[in-house]
Amino acid sequence: MRAIHHKLLRDLWHMRGQALAIVLIIGAGVTLFVGQLSTLQSLTLVRDTYYSEYRFAEVFAACKRAPAGVADRLRAIPGADTVDTRVTLQVMLEVPGLDEPATGQLISIPDGHAPALNNLFLRTGRLPNAESTGEVVLVEMFATANDYHLGDNLTAIINGRRQQLRVVGIALSPEYVYALSAGAMVPDDKRFGVMWMNERELAAAYNMEGAFNSVSMTLGPGASEPEVIARVDDILKPYGGLGAYARKDQVSNWFLANEFRQLQTFGVLIPMIFLGIAGFLLNVVLARLISTQRDQIAALKAFGYSNLQVAIHYGQFIGLVVLVGAIIGTLCGWWMGEAMIGLYTDYYHFPILKFFMPGWVPLAAAAFTAVAGAIGTMNAVRRAAALPPAEAMRPEAPPTYRMTLMERLGLQRWLSQPTRMILRQLERRPLKAGASVLGLSMAVAILVMGLAFLDIMFYVIDLQSNVMHREDVKVGFIEPRSRDALHEVEGLPGVIYAEPYRTVPAKVRYGHRDRRVGIQGVPSDTLLNRVLDTKLQPFPLPADGILLSRVLGEALQIRPGDKLIVEVLEGPRPTRTVKVAALVDDFMGVAAYMEIGALNHLMREGDVISGANVLTDKRHDDELFAALRARPIVAGVSSKASTIANLRKMIEDNLMISVGFNVLFAAIIAFGIIYNNARISLSERARELASLRVLGLTRAEISFILLGEQAILTMLAVPFGFLLGRWMTGAMLLELNSEVMRFPLVVNEATYAIAAVAVIVSATISGLLVRERLDKLDLVEVLKTRE
Amino acid sequence: MSETDKEDVYVLADDSRAPVFMAEGITKVYKMGEIEVHALRGVDLQLYEGEFVVLLGPSGSGKSTLLNILGGLDVPTAGTVRYRDHDLSHADEKDLTEYRRHHVGFIFQFYNLIPSLTARENVALVTEIADDPMTPEEALKLVDLGDRLDHFPSQLSGGQQQRVAVARAVAKRPEVLLCDEPTGALDIHTGVKVLEALARVNQELRTTTAVITHNAAIAAMADRVIHIFDGRIARIDTNQGKKSPNELEW
Repeated sequence: MRAIHHKLLRDLWHMRGQALAIVLIIGAGVTLFVGQLSTLQSLTLVRDTYYSEYRFAEVFAACKRAPAGVADRLRAIPGADTVDTRVTLQVMLEVPGLDEPATGQLISIPDGHAPALNNLFLRTGRLPNAESTGEVVLVEMFATANDYHLGDNLTAIINGRRQQLRVVGIALSPEYVYALSAGAMVPDDKRFGVMWMNERELAAAYNMEGAFNSVSMTLGPGASEPEVIARVDDILKPYGGLGAYARKDQVSNWFLANEFRQLQTFGVLIPMIFLGIAGFLLNVVLARLISTQRDQIAALKAFGYSNLQVAIHYGQFIGLVVLVGAIIGTLCGWWMGEAMIGLYTDYYHFPILKFFMPGWVPLAAAAFTAVAGAIGTMNAVRRAAALPPAEAMRPEAPPTYRMTLMERLGLQRWLSQPTRMILRQLERRPLKAGASVLGLSMAVAILVMGLAFLDIMFYVIDLQSNVMHREDVKVGFIEPRSRDALHEVEGLPGVIYAEPYRTVPAKVRYGHRDRRVGIQGVPSDTLLNRVLDTKLQPFPLPADGILLSRVLGEALQIRPGDKLIVEVLEGPRPTRTVKVAALVDDFMGVAAYMEIGALNHLMREGDVISGANVLTDKRHDDELFAALRARPIVAGVSSKASTIANLRKMIEDNLMISVGFNVLFAAIIAFGIIYNNARISLSERARELASLRVLGLTRAEISFILLGEQAILTMLAVPFGFLLGRWMTGAMLLELNSEVMRFPLVVNEATYAIAAVAVIVSATISGLLVRERLDKLDLVEVLKTRE
Repeated sequence: MSETDKEDVYVLADDSRAPVFMAEGITKVYKMGEIEVHALRGVDLQLYEGEFVVLLGPSGSGKSTLLNILGGLDVPTAGTVRYRDHDLSHADEKDLTEYRRHHVGFIFQFYNLIPSLTARENVALVTEIADDPMTPEEALKLVDLGDRLDHFPSQLSGGQQQRVAVARAVAKRPEVLLCDEPTGALDIHTGVKVLEALARVNQELRTTTAVITHNAAIAAMADRVIHIFDGRIARIDTNQGKKSPNELEW
């Protein structure tokens, strides 16, 4: 090691407190970057491998009942590769110890062997034997949640009949990585189970012999997905086709893709903020170091070190800090990634999910940090290199101060001398002060943003569950029924109030744009299923015309008053036109609402309903659920309480952790900035402060001068950080909002308060650390030296 | 009285005036890494009310250490120092701060003004915490800077800055004024102006004044000159014919 390297290491050691603070900030940014992007990489790799090895289909379609021969016509579609047809059936399951009925999704597999597409990963056991009866393969999550094992029996209500099914295998499927029952937003492993059963047996139970109601297919190279989808729709139309869709719209895959997008957003944007702040701090520290080492730089240059060598010397200072930060961040990122993967395994089910970190991720993080550091410090390094030796030998010119604006306005008599010192110091270096305020605001903003996501989630949940959808239980019928079915529901035990609804699956079209939606028909005086406007007031359902989600309207480029073409995808499949009455702002999915009578009229049908929303007396829930199970017309029952509980649990599991990281990292930022500012001020002004001590000022009095400045910066940063945080949250929402989920910008007062307190506490701690150094100020030294 | 021996020193120092400082057998040992540096090796000294003393000695002789101990910036390793009824050798940090705050005025070689405060404010910094101060304006007039009240240090010459420092030191009417090479950074012309200010304060306010210097010429304006060499008092001269600062030459 050469002498100049010794100098480098000792300078670093001398500034170890400040260097550590910067290392921590870099570490935090790199941790997030490495953790989230590696997790994303791991998930992507696992997903892609899973999808290809288990032959996840690329196009899906459902219909009411198509004869087996139609499959050949599907196979003949140009671009179609493998076509697999099957029978699927939604049933109710009786799970011991569970009050509400669980929903079961039965899927047929070829008798005795594996399906050609959407193959099963058998965790244990086997597929049903070709000749056996009542054997099923059960999805692993449901088995685990309800403690089912190989050989156990479970009871399903198939077509109104109770039937015993025996678990012979436990498996996972690429179709159910994220296992959602129809219409749910959150997986409920206890109440939703997928089962695979021999086709012969399932078809028999459901009167589907020689027919199918579900199609999956892969595409050959060069096939046009939209064209294939259009052809599939044409072919299935006579058989009650519900519209084909691509893999990207498959529910499980869509949620996965959405999660990936979030990881990408958070994994890049937030780390950029951290690394930007680290670059700023490096600049401040290095500028200070260079100004105190003017004489040393002069000496180096006088001895013959070139400008480049001097620049490299200080560049290495940054390099070391960045390197240490990147190493720490990579290790923490690894740990964070492992933890995140662990969390993902609770919600996303892959045969194996292992964390791995591609080499480019930490390298990219380090490069990114180095660039941020270099940009931040380029000026300081250039200044160091450019200093002519003779000038560098002289001490820097004394700083020039002037009266602050407040004093020029004549307010100085209210200010003590120490206060004037603080204000003038701030006013003399407005850029430095501004940058500090900006950095601290970032800390506040990161906290606000992290906590605001919780606010938003809980706000949406509350709105969805207590304001818009106020039913306790939603009952869905297998087939649309006459209004008499409502009276039947009303007569069930524990039912306080029941309200009908009608759902009509349809393809809505305007010009050349179309979307598949379920048109919701609700009574105009609905109490349980309200449409809200932006002010959260119930939006009255028009007597005729249709209401569309604003996103749907925008996607179709349709405006109120325009005529929407509705291709109904059930029954006689009429095509009608209906006037768009208004666009409404809602949060989840794309929806279309009509008054139930108007919808019935559009369908040219009588008083027909698809199900009922019910308010219940909780004391009679057991009896109610038992009664519903006993009714063959009931396809499914969902209880809102368990949906909400699941949603909350998922948010808490996922978001709480990221909020925790946010709080920690924001505290690190606040700490790092304040500590560095105060330490630099301390070393710049040690002589001044020590002089004051000699003149008889107490420790507390000089602490006030030094830390008062930091306190003012912090106080300025807090409100600014509030605004910044709110703005950043809004920007992030724009990135995250989609047709499936739209988040309103909601920030609770408590969020602002927590953010402010966390940053102030962390600033105080770093202030106290500096205060301790202030107490050790060497007074004697001051008398001797000049700077 | 160039070759007076030590016994005579005490006789000469024995004055009818009350001693302000009583130092007995003070030593000071610094640890510089693994080396022990003996800055003071047993110093006995008394300073009297209103006298102007110059501490003369080469670099490293221990004069600054002695001044720091008298000023309550440092405590001796052994021996006792009393300022009137205060025991400075056993005082804690808080007591020393109080002592400096109420009794001592300091003047530094490099002025140590606060660059962000004007001349007036630099003085006010001290008067605001003192018991019976003069106004900053009075103090600055005393050093002939009544017309520079609102100038910042960067707008003042070295001599002017040092005079602001003198004003700042005397504004609280201290009993003791301690000056460490007050003219060390100044040329003769401006140095004399600073010394005039010190002499004036000494005469008008009867402030006990101790000035450290290695400039022997300044000794001519002192009541007593204490020669320090290698951590000990080599000798003490009493000036019979005190000169005024403008008669000094160096």
